Amino acid sequence: MTTSAEPLDRPTAGGTAADRYTVVHEGELLRHPLRTRVTHWAVAIFFILGLLSGFGLYSPWLYKFLTPLFGGGAMTRFLHPWFGLGFVIAFAFEFFNWRAPMTWKASDSRWMRRMKEYARNTEKLESPDVGFFNAGQKMYFWVIFWSAAAFLVTGILMWFPEIFGRVLVAISYVLHDIAALAMLGSFIVHIYEGTAQQPGTFHSMTRGTVSEKWAWTHHPAWYKEAAGKDPREAYDAEEAWQEINRRAL
Amino acid sequence: MSDERTLQIKAISGHPGPVPGRGMDRGYEVCKLVDVTTCIGCKACEVACVEWNGYGYRETTFDNTYQTMPDTAYNYWNLIKFNEHQRDDGTLMWLMRKDQCMHCHDPGCLSACPADGAIVQYTNGIVDFNQDNCIGCQYCVSGCPYNIPKFNPETKKVFKCTLCSDRVGQGLEPACIKACPTGCLHFGTKTEMKELAEARAAQLREHSGFEHAGVYDPESIGGTHVIYVLHHADQPELYGGLPANPTIAPSFTVWKWLAKPIGLIVAILGILSVFFHYIFVGPKLPQPEAPVKKEEA
Repeated sequence: MTTSAEPLDRPTAGGTAADRYTVVHEGELLRHPLRTRVTHWAVAIFFILGLLSGFGLYSPWLYKFLTPLFGGGAMTRFLHPWFGLGFVIAFAFEFFNWRAPMTWKASDSRWMRRMKEYARNTEKLESPDVGFFNAGQKMYFWVIFWSAAAFLVTGILMWFPEIFGRVLVAISYVLHDIAALAMLGSFIVHIYEGTAQQPGTFHSMTRGTVSEKWAWTHHPAWYKEAAGKDPREAYDAEEAWQEINRRAL
Repeated sequence: MSDERTLQIKAISGHPGPVPGRGMDRGYEVCKLVDVTTCIGCKACEVACVEWNGYGYRETTFDNTYQTMPDTAYNYWNLIKFNEHQRDDGTLMWLMRKDQCMHCHDPGCLSACPADGAIVQYTNGIVDFNQDNCIGCQYCVSGCPYNIPKFNPETKKVFKCTLCSDRVGQGLEPACIKACPTGCLHFGTKTEMKELAEARAAQLREHSGFEHAGVYDPESIGGTHVIYVLHHADQPELYGGLPANPTIAPSFTVWKWLAKPIGLIVAILGILSVFFHYIFVGPKLPQPEAPVKKEEA
């Protein structure tokens, strides 16, 4: 495997981390090694805590529903910045983990032009130039990156209003909310794409592996790298094999 | 004004539902009139405020003036601001202004507050904090154009002058009014106080040579329930930074009336659209998936 996730799966004495915690069965590929998964879920947990507590403070319509989850309004207010700080720190690890595979490439701009077909699910197989992450995933990553930066700056201003003064804090409320909206909108899509929309994807973030079929369907260029086989040929072979099986029945 | 119904609630911070006294007008909004031209800086009002509200005496800060401390505090809601002003003819004036919550008609603190019921406005105009519901976010601090709400870092709650709502509700005047020895403080209905203030301002203009004397009751926030008679009504900033045109930052309006509803719409539409995307379009399955079943002809 030659993805940038590799350094996180560095062999240790007595085998690799993947050997111990990530079981790759026949017909599967390692997609997310343990450290990637732990980082991702740390980000996710802090994000959801921050989202729920923040939503309580954000909207009078949700205040009474969400603040009791955290022990009331005052406790929600106390915890929210700490959730935010946890999120930013966890995301910093994720950023350094994924910065290389998230770099925008010419193939990603081509993907953007095919987005309508992608959303309508008219192309069953992804274009052969789609690598470890597709352009949609990269967009989400960079939306989170910039929103997290905005969250951090405005959040600190709002955390210590007596230091930064009235005007800066008043502007921060609006920017903090805009960052939250950008994150929330793309977060909903992220959850959907990662679960119901693409069966098999969620498993890559829980147990770390995906099926080869999943890989050549959604990330053909990565499949070629990871499995060392041509995605189209593998697909054709699989289709022929299924056809033989059908006839045999 | 002498019954508890003066404390009928008119507006509630961070409150999603109807407000009991919304749109209600009983015709008696209360008002405190501070005639700064007859204030002698005795600080009796400061003492009365601390006493009535049950705070112990706190340390003061000496900054080469007679002012007790630079600013009001969470346990010191009423402060005479001493300002030396040199007039054009070289003579000196000593301007003393009693600083406290202005009880705005459009309270910036209440608009900014996200906690249900932490700030209420009564139909009589008093803006009151309810610390039981306060979450200590200090949004009110940045919402206030007068720098009045003060945070107690120990209890994580914000405090300010209540215009003695507990006294007014029982038909009593605020403690500071009761203590004032010169009669520079008055309390009554907004209409009465406005008339009295205008009369006093006219007197200053006509008989005392203060041609710019006038009443401070800023239109930009719909008026206040604490009004001043100033010698220099054209330069309120002279009186320890009283803003001529106090405003509530437009970002609060954007935040409250635009960003918040849009956020909820984005959330709801987002969830609905991904749900119905699944119903209409369905998942992307790893290929090859089983072929589509053909109808028997």
